[in-house]
Amino acid sequence: MPFRKIQNEVQSGQVMQRPNLSAWLYVTPLMLVLIPFFLLPTLVVLVASFFETDGFGGLLPTFTLANYLDVLTSTQTLLLYVTTLKFAILTWFFTLIIGFLVAYFLVFHVKNQLLAIGLFLICTIPFWTSNIIRMISWIPLLGKEGLVNSTLLGIGVIREPLEVLLYSGLAVVIAYVHQLTIFMVVPIFNSLARIDKRVVEAALDAGASRLDVMRYIIIPMSKSGIALGSTFVISIVMGDFFVVKVMSGGGSASVVSAFYENVGVLQYPIAAASAVLLTLVLIVMIALILRVVDIRREITQ
Amino acid sequence: MIRTRRISRVARGDRRPWTFYALATVFMLYVAALYGPMICIYILSFQDIRGGLVFPMKGHSLHWFIDLFTQVRTGDVRGSFDRSIKLAALVTMITLVVSLMAGLAFRRRFFGDTFVFYLMIGSLVAPGLVLGLGIGLLFQWIGISASWYTSALGAQLSWTLPFGVLVMFAVMSRFNSVWEEAARDLGASRWQTIHLVVIPVLAPGLVAVALFGFTLSYDEFARTLQTAGSLNTLPLEIWSMTLNVTSPSLYALGTVTTIVSFIIIGACIGAIIVINKRRGMRATGH
Repeated sequence: MPFRKIQNEVQSGQVMQRPNLSAWLYVTPLMLVLIPFFLLPTLVVLVASFFETDGFGGLLPTFTLANYLDVLTSTQTLLLYVTTLKFAILTWFFTLIIGFLVAYFLVFHVKNQLLAIGLFLICTIPFWTSNIIRMISWIPLLGKEGLVNSTLLGIGVIREPLEVLLYSGLAVVIAYVHQLTIFMVVPIFNSLARIDKRVVEAALDAGASRLDVMRYIIIPMSKSGIALGSTFVISIVMGDFFVVKVMSGGGSASVVSAFYENVGVLQYPIAAASAVLLTLVLIVMIALILRVVDIRREITQ
Repeated sequence: MIRTRRISRVARGDRRPWTFYALATVFMLYVAALYGPMICIYILSFQDIRGGLVFPMKGHSLHWFIDLFTQVRTGDVRGSFDRSIKLAALVTMITLVVSLMAGLAFRRRFFGDTFVFYLMIGSLVAPGLVLGLGIGLLFQWIGISASWYTSALGAQLSWTLPFGVLVMFAVMSRFNSVWEEAARDLGASRWQTIHLVVIPVLAPGLVAVALFGFTLSYDEFARTLQTAGSLNTLPLEIWSMTLNVTSPSLYALGTVTTIVSFIIIGACIGAIIVINKRRGMRATGH
């Protein structure tokens, strides 16, 4: 928008001196939390990744790259990243498909706006209850004697209970999709709701097929929501360990669960090195998403 | 013209396209998958003493709820619940005030705004456990012992504040600054403008921020794990229970936390309704 641009230029110029100060006054409390509880701890982890351990949880302030060498040369690291990325991509894919369809249905097919908001709230309510509870709630369904197995046995589809349902990669993906689809629904719903319906009608009047409308209007205009949702889902899956731990039954580990094991045995420097590595990977992934969409402009506009 | 009319009739939904039914099915399956498992554990938590972790249900009683709050072997549920509520209330208040202030600041561009914004995004997406370790080490180096009301409070704020500020962005984008200018033209001081104009107009959005703050804190696990010190919060207690307890007590705990969440959401939605109603009454001259 040219107007906004002009506004920005005016504000960043000479007129900005005073409002500048008051704006900083307003963000001071925010910085008073972010600096000691995000920026400094991140730097501490970075510093610790170059230290040596004395073996008892203490850190020796030296400079060594041994921790990084340890992490980077172990084939286990590679395997962990492959597993974690596999979970992240599968979860991202399913949450995106389901989240988009659900949001699209609510915005474009439910004509009564009050009903749409009601249905939307129904989708968000489970989000307010404990993650861990939502995760363990799959046990009565997917367990060896769970509902799915006993139903399938009852119908006679299978003879033996399926072991793959719980404590497996499948269960991990199911739990992630269960917990995280809402992170796709909300931003996509927001961006779809902003599309002027008259644009769609104009396209239809001009002879566009419904597929064309989807391809040339709806998907491009919802990409900010998709980008925001993807950022949430990918960063949560990449940074998670307890869904993997509980739902895989120890069968698979993630990058963070290995990190957690290292912390558990007081191997802080190696844990820190692997944390730095993970953070770099995450930054690259999110930067790729941000290259496609300017999240800040999309949120504040 | 004829073509136009036909298409717009379809678009307005006089006759629903097949995609409506397909998507409605997807939606219903999604909701079923969302609620189904949780309803299962709510039902299973009301079994009697013979109850197990799977169906079929064996009898019904409140045995597992009583077990939850009396037995020592299930851990310190009551104490951790108490701490979690207090911590969440503290986090909510701080999140509310700080997010409102940051939201006000971000209405216009200022020097360094991009830095603050990306610092916030970074704080939001940083793996919780990594941040927890960093805060733990930082406190260790400075020589302050970690506890739920210092290090865990800060760790949770580093997660609830970015969320709160993002919600404020969405709320602020609908705020018409004309009202604020009018107040200033009428001679209101800066504080009066905020107190008498901005806060009342933004009130429903502020309730939403509070709701976010409370539930995010009440449910926070990864960031709290390394920073809570020796006393557990409720999610940490639930976590240790998933590792030790294999009885419907776990499900009873799920039912209790859900009920508490619902009471809180109910209170917040009630607050929004009351605020809107009062505003409506004032608009029509009492």
